[in-house]
Amino acid sequence: MTAVTDAVTTTGPRGGISQSVTDSLVVAKRNLIRMSRIPEMVIFGLIQPIMFVVLFSYVFGGSMNIGGTTSPSVYREFLMAGIFAQTVTFATAGAGAGIADDMHKGLIDRFRALPMARGAVLTGRTLADLVQTALTVVVLAIVALLVGWRVHNGIPKALAAFALLLLLGYAFSWIGALIGLSVRTPEAATSGGLIWLFPVTFISNAFVDSSKMTPWLRHIAEWNPFSATVQACRELFGNPGVSPSDAWPMQHPVWASIIWSVLIILVFRTLAVRKYRSATA
Amino acid sequence: MPGAIHAEGLVKTFGDVRALDGVDLDVPEGTVLGLLGPNGAGKTTTVRVLTTLLQPDSGKAVVAGIDVLKHPNEVRRSIGLSGQFAAVDEYLTGRENLQMVGRLYQMNAKAAKKRADELLERFNLADAADRTAKTYSGGMRRRLDLAAALVVSPPVMFMDEPTTGLDPRNRQALWGIIQELVAGGTTLLLTTQYLEEADHLAHDICVVDHGRVIARGTSDQLKAQTGGERVEVVVHDHEMIAPARDVLGRYGLSGIGHGEVTVEEHTRKLTVPVTGGAKLLAEVIRDLDARGVEIDDIGLRRPTLDDVFISLTGHAAERAEDENGEAPTDAKDRRKSRKEAAK
Ligand SMILES: Nc1ncnc2c1ncn2[C@@H]1O[C@H](COP(=O)(O)OP(=O)(O)OP(=O)(O)O)[C@@H](O)[C@H]1O
Ligand SMILES: [Mg+2]
Repeated sequence: MTAVTDAVTTTGPRGGISQSVTDSLVVAKRNLIRMSRIPEMVIFGLIQPIMFVVLFSYVFGGSMNIGGTTSPSVYREFLMAGIFAQTVTFATAGAGAGIADDMHKGLIDRFRALPMARGAVLTGRTLADLVQTALTVVVLAIVALLVGWRVHNGIPKALAAFALLLLLGYAFSWIGALIGLSVRTPEAATSGGLIWLFPVTFISNAFVDSSKMTPWLRHIAEWNPFSATVQACRELFGNPGVSPSDAWPMQHPVWASIIWSVLIILVFRTLAVRKYRSATA
Repeated sequence: MPGAIHAEGLVKTFGDVRALDGVDLDVPEGTVLGLLGPNGAGKTTTVRVLTTLLQPDSGKAVVAGIDVLKHPNEVRRSIGLSGQFAAVDEYLTGRENLQMVGRLYQMNAKAAKKRADELLERFNLADAADRTAKTYSGGMRRRLDLAAALVVSPPVMFMDEPTTGLDPRNRQALWGIIQELVAGGTTLLLTTQYLEEADHLAHDICVVDHGRVIARGTSDQLKAQTGGERVEVVVHDHEMIAPARDVLGRYGLSGIGHGEVTVEEHTRKLTVPVTGGAKLLAEVIRDLDARGVEIDDIGLRRPTLDDVFISLTGHAAERAEDENGEAPTDAKDRRKSRKEAAK
């Protein structure tokens, strides 16, 4: 009968890094359990990129000139880096929608009244999204292998490419988190989290050869953080269509990709955590 | 020495709305404060400020001896909150929800699990512990939310309308839990629309309206302010209202705003403030009988907190209207004319 007033032993205030890590993992676990209970969300997340692979490679396949050839199989190899990169970024709309939903349901208030590490709710969410993204990328890679995509530079380089992709996805999910905290409803977060991704992913080297764009668009495309990762992946996979541009990010795509992603994380994590502390539904 | 919850001059505006307009509170350690007020009075806003969720525009707040504005994270270690709307994760089971909260209070996994089991048992949720909260009824969610607020049995608790949506049995059970907590030394700030609940649980009561505390005291003090006893008569049919009114009018207290007989036409109920207790009641019955008034029910009634609430917040609303120049007549006249209209 005394259950309610029983003294409870906590490990006391720990603070610092160790608390940040534990709290983030607790929240990440919570989000992963949620995802496993809403499998349709994960499945739609898988179907979309598979559809893109099929549509792009069979509809555009024969009419795209990549490295002087219009062979559909060359375009498919060229395309995959773009689809991978697009997939990891599109998954970020989920982070925003999830956070907006938590806010709407009052869960963010529950968390904010707990003695948690400051960024843990958001870090937990973005980590869970990273797991989901990784899963999607694995499935997508299998589909890609089935339609004829190959890596030509060995497994370690391919793994490095996947690491860059996940880093980009993780960076973009912080943008999603900020959007989720800034809008009032989960629906708004989903559409708000998607619209800006269209120009970002299309004004790039993902689906077409950017060196054939009009000069001002070409400049944007070449300095687009998204393009750097696509270029890096093509190089590391040994896929055709690596842009011969002189622009620095196109010359050093791996470094450019890392720098961009880290920069995005630093800026948007700071903004999102600040927003989290004052956000109200 | 300031109490376990102490607030001074809290002000919070949302655009044009002055949700808090200088709220002062003091809740001594180990006591329960009932915060009452009509919808939109500022109760939830007060709770949100005191629980670190909302930054006030100005004012001072100290909870468990810690400055809320300067050290919000230390405050969070010492409080439990159950908000107005149940905040549970629908896709987690009841047990997972509580374990998560325990872990976020820095309990280790084993302790969090043990605590979750105890609370599920205590809140009648053991049977539903492994179902997702999505499948819970409204009252079950509410109880899960309350359990989450009690995970570490913190020294200071805030409950915003905790029994809204609970059935009578679960409400009683929660009252029991609250009394147990308070007996154990917990300080509680409770908002409620059930005044019976405030009467039963709260040591002190604050009535807020338009973001200001308009009355405070024990429930007895507030009742005494509102007025004394009344005789309430229900007559047998509508014809008898007029003679009964005559009779009761003679017993009413004289004085402004008192002594008038209030008539509720559709229930055939007449009420008049009196002094004299049971002896007077017998006289009234004889008199009514002499006039041939048949009665269905008669009784002596003391003011309830409902009466206190309505008289206090009714006045406040009217005063606000007067200030805005929307109500030309004075409040008392209007009340009278309302009664005339009811005749
Ligand atoms: N986030 C917000 N944005 C704008 N206005 C708000 C916000 N929160 C509260 N208000 C306003 O502040 C006032 C006080 O609201 P509050 O929720 O504190 O009332 P309450 O006393 O809890 O009412 P209830 O009994 O209906 O729960 C209301 O006029 C409300 O509209
Ligand atoms: Mg409220």
